[in-house]
Amino acid sequence: MTPAEPHWSFLLGRLGPDAIPTEPIVLATFAVVALGGVALLAALTYFRLWGYLWKEWFTSVDHKKIGIMYMVLGLVMFLRGFADALMMRIQQAIAFNGSEGYLNAHHYDQIFTAHGVIMIFFVAMPFVTGLMNYVVPLQIGARDVSFPFLNNFSFWMTTSGAALVMASLFVGEFAQTGWLAYPPLSGLAYSPNVGVDYYIWSLQIAGVGTTLSGINLIATIVKMRAPGMTMMRMPVFTWTSLCTNVLIVASFPVLTAVLVLLSLDRYVGTNFFTNDFGGSPMMYVNLIWIWGHPEVYILILPIFGVFSEITSTFSGKRLFGYSSMVYATVVITILSYLVWLHHFFTMGSGASVNSFFGITTMVISIPTGAKMFNWLFTMYRARIRFDLPMMWTMAFMLTFVIGGMTGVMLAVPPADFVLHNSLFLIAHFHNVIIGGVVFGVFAAINYWWPKAFGFRLEPFWGKVSFWCWVVGFWMAFTPLYVMGLMGVTRRMRVFDDPSLQIWFQIAAAGAFLIALGIVAMLIQYTVSILRRDELRDETGDPWNARTLEWSTSSPPPAYNFAFTPIVHDLDAWEDMKRAGVARPVEGFRPIHMPKNTGAGVILAGISAVCGFALIWHIWWLAVASFGALLITAIAHTFNYRRDFHIPAETVAETEATRTRQLAALEGAAA
Amino acid sequence: MPAIPPSLWRLARGAVVLPLAALLSGCDWVVLNPSGDIAQQQAHLVIVATALMLLIIVPVMVLTVAFAWRYRSSNTAATYAPEWHHSTKLELVIWSAPLMIIIALGSITWVTTHTLDPYRPLSRIDAARPLPAGTKPLEVQVVALDWKWLFIYPEQKIATVNDLVLPVDRPVQFRLTASSVMNSFYVPALAGQIYAMPGMETKLHAVLNRTGAFQGFSAQYSGAGFSKMRFVTRGVSADDFDAWAAGIRKGADALDRTAYLKLEQPSEKEPVRHFANVDPALFDAAVNLCVRPGKMCVNQMMAIDAEGGTGRAGQFNLAALTYDKFGREQVVPVLPGRQPSGAQLFVNANAYCAGKGPLKEAPPQQPASRTLSLAAPASSPVS
Amino acid sequence: MSHSVSPATLTGRYYDLHEHDHPEGGSTMLGFWIYLMSDCLIFAMLFAAFGVLGGNLAAGPGPKDLFDLPLVALNTSMLLFSSITYGFAMLAMQRGQKGQTQLWLLITGLFGAAFLGIELYEFSHLIHEGATPQRSAFLSSFFTLVGTHGLHVTFGLVWLTVLMVQVGQRGLIAANKRRLMCLSLFWHFLDVVWIGVFTFVYLMGMLR
Repeated sequence: MTPAEPHWSFLLGRLGPDAIPTEPIVLATFAVVALGGVALLAALTYFRLWGYLWKEWFTSVDHKKIGIMYMVLGLVMFLRGFADALMMRIQQAIAFNGSEGYLNAHHYDQIFTAHGVIMIFFVAMPFVTGLMNYVVPLQIGARDVSFPFLNNFSFWMTTSGAALVMASLFVGEFAQTGWLAYPPLSGLAYSPNVGVDYYIWSLQIAGVGTTLSGINLIATIVKMRAPGMTMMRMPVFTWTSLCTNVLIVASFPVLTAVLVLLSLDRYVGTNFFTNDFGGSPMMYVNLIWIWGHPEVYILILPIFGVFSEITSTFSGKRLFGYSSMVYATVVITILSYLVWLHHFFTMGSGASVNSFFGITTMVISIPTGAKMFNWLFTMYRARIRFDLPMMWTMAFMLTFVIGGMTGVMLAVPPADFVLHNSLFLIAHFHNVIIGGVVFGVFAAINYWWPKAFGFRLEPFWGKVSFWCWVVGFWMAFTPLYVMGLMGVTRRMRVFDDPSLQIWFQIAAAGAFLIALGIVAMLIQYTVSILRRDELRDETGDPWNARTLEWSTSSPPPAYNFAFTPIVHDLDAWEDMKRAGVARPVEGFRPIHMPKNTGAGVILAGISAVCGFALIWHIWWLAVASFGALLITAIAHTFNYRRDFHIPAETVAETEATRTRQLAALEGAAA
Repeated sequence: MPAIPPSLWRLARGAVVLPLAALLSGCDWVVLNPSGDIAQQQAHLVIVATALMLLIIVPVMVLTVAFAWRYRSSNTAATYAPEWHHSTKLELVIWSAPLMIIIALGSITWVTTHTLDPYRPLSRIDAARPLPAGTKPLEVQVVALDWKWLFIYPEQKIATVNDLVLPVDRPVQFRLTASSVMNSFYVPALAGQIYAMPGMETKLHAVLNRTGAFQGFSAQYSGAGFSKMRFVTRGVSADDFDAWAAGIRKGADALDRTAYLKLEQPSEKEPVRHFANVDPALFDAAVNLCVRPGKMCVNQMMAIDAEGGTGRAGQFNLAALTYDKFGREQVVPVLPGRQPSGAQLFVNANAYCAGKGPLKEAPPQQPASRTLSLAAPASSPVS
Repeated sequence: MSHSVSPATLTGRYYDLHEHDHPEGGSTMLGFWIYLMSDCLIFAMLFAAFGVLGGNLAAGPGPKDLFDLPLVALNTSMLLFSSITYGFAMLAMQRGQKGQTQLWLLITGLFGAAFLGIELYEFSHLIHEGATPQRSAFLSSFFTLVGTHGLHVTFGLVWLTVLMVQVGQRGLIAANKRRLMCLSLFWHFLDVVWIGVFTFVYLMGMLR
């Protein structure tokens, strides 16, 4: 807390030898990460993969590849965020009877801050964005998004933000403020070091990417749908994606603005959120939650879409109540802006204000409940196949309702007074985020993996992972519900009351079970890749699914569809299958496509450097990198040749291969 | 509580409490089994809300499992209707069933949020005993310091650190603030929590109905020493309380502004301390960030602001206003390089105001969020 | 369902067999509009912050002590004129007159630069008098709101310059026209925001 003697040099700013952490745990982590990193880089060099990665992936503007890169980013950051969770669980399980545990306050407080920031911004967001990126253009019969270059740039900005958070582990420190960095604690007086600056700049840089990606996907969904696909013929996942991206565009600027104000307080000495000179820390709390609450729905809405697609596909039935599903989504989108105050009923607002926000919060449970019933009645009179995606959906339905129930409990202000900031709250939001978003992402990965790679995921390890996760989740979070009712608050590092220890030990055991689930999941991916030939799907439609992405080959060609499909009904692919439409096999035309570009990587890389310079007060570098950013961006606008045509012969060749594949399958079936 | 009909409450108790009783007996579910009337009512509310929602949650969960089993693909005996995807009647049910629950819960919410508003003076001692007319609540002033709690008893003219003693069955009015960052004052056995925030005052009304020792702590993370920012709340009889206060009054430690400023310095795991003689204006000064001599109080500042500021004369009026913007003053007065160039030209605002007549005494500041949550500390009305 | 239809016809009904290239930039206007709305939200937050903190003078100077309304009115007219001249540039662009377009863009840029110059003069004057952004929450929110607008105008000027070079190099091709349209939206948007600033900050500040 005590600001060290402020040390600053022109060349390195605040960066000095003391920036290297001395805590043994961090050092060991650093050693492992450094060794692993060097090994990875060496392997990439040895196998001469740099050129391939650069040309085929990093500079790619193909929405499918960008979608996959988002998923990889989310997975990597997930491992980091989960390591943080495990460390917290271990600390809380042992810090009893006068023991300080193994983490000091400086380290522990960074861990819970980083865990929240990483899981929301750099795990859940990339996962959700990755899914939308991959699936939406395919579902609407488009060949790419509206602004392919922007898409690549958005991804790399998100990655740059993630890189800054990771850098804070080894150079300096991360914020010790909790994931929303309330002032005055996050102000200069009480957080004088680089931690909060890492927080600000990593979120700002990633936020640019998120906002642009939101704009991009809205334009894509509005402008690029296949002919005949009216709004009310859009697949539910596309609908929820549209609403999510509207939420992104209408809420991330709020986050950007509020972080700008916080950084002005810290860098310029303004008085937005200071205690003195007329500042108002309460304004920060309001503004950040005006972003923060819609953010929750940004994460969950697309996942509702995922579950809708999966339930319908594996039930072998059209979704029950499509239009009420759509209206429910739109209602949730709007209502999500009217509830932010429920995150701080305890700040002393009047009873009328509190009850208004409490009741609006409860009202959201009506459309959410309607969705739940719609899935339920989709399963009614169905033929349900319990493959992994459907298993995750079942786990979701049974888990999420409990999270929804505890959420409504927290929405009753007087009840919130006794549960706010308690472990009950922690259990609640993990209940909806793990039970909703995480389960949904795993369902989606199992569902769309065959589309993305042309082979299914191996089910045995998938089921091991599933059971470890579901049981582990309940084991880890039921004790938290219980302890919340015992009045145990969040973010505690040490405990007085020895009777609590058993509950924390159970929770820690649950976390380890989840860890096994993650290991099993990684094994599942590895085994599937190794045995990809046995798991191969050449139909392009392994689940007998209903939407357009399944009408093309797996993996889809760069241009997605040789001919743009024309939509006549909801569940367009199901409609085509029912009508017995034959795939066109001749008359191919050249296809107009965007060209790859390295500008996105370069711009995002410079942004990361600029962020780093600002964090460490290396002013010359900040100015230089900002100048470089501007010049690179301008130079990029002088490039007018951003597209090319895939020649008709290439399209014909690719499609001929697919024709032969399908014929062979039909032959085998006959 | 008028909002919850007794029959409903009994139903809820039957449905929820009894199965939980076995679990409850083993450990201390203090939130559901508190010792103060307010917390008791809040616990009831938690249970009623749960029961109401279980009315819909349980059928959904049962149906989920039932449908999953009945319509599994291997069960070819079950009806398969792939084209069935709409039913107006069913839609009506699935929208109106949650709506009914929410209407019920919403009305309960509206009423209880008002009756259990922490700012509302109590009207009863517990469910059986209304408050005798003219009962004066015990006032306790709470200052959340880094990282300990200061409790001032103005009536008794004493103060304690990390030791909250309350006479049972006497309503207590807490006035709360903080010295540096946001904290949340929470004694689960007594009543729900409320934030304690620097430069602002919040209120909490509660009553403790049982003697005993209860945990109290900050429920809002406030920095490195947060975990140990705990205190014991002791419920004692009225006589014992008076004896306790009298005992402390005999002590030698005084809490004047100097002692407060020393106490305010960050420290962890602070032992219980008692002060006999307390500056009666200390709490108001703490709320208004002007314990340190030479500082302008926030309420004075806001009174000046309400009159349009001090004009150009006040442009360099910085030192009297600086509280912690450049860091805790006592640790690093002003960070090097951050010294405002205008500081030398400091104009004493009090002197300026003296020219316009003495500063009118403004009433203690109420947190702005009382009226509008998205607002800065509102200007105090100058009478 | 479709027994009577030949397979080829059916395929033709479900696939667009005679598709032509979509004109490039079909989504650009929509995308740019959405971007502007997101930017508008940033300004909305800054307006909200000013609304909340505008009265918190911290016993310092208030709007009446600081604002020079005639100067701000002059400044406003600069920006309004620049919007009009940008409109003329767009008219010239529609007629395909490259030279005229460039001339009007230049005039727009000069008006924009004059606006920025006056704003910078106002800021430096305030800071010189001690009314710095650090002085009070009112001044913090004032400088941030007005400064963010100024920063947008600055980027608009950089963009304008770049576009003039590009129009000079390649003429009024479709891509450049699209870019001029985007900048046009951006420029008028800043004008609208400024009307808000002028009314809400300056005029109402003087009335407060």
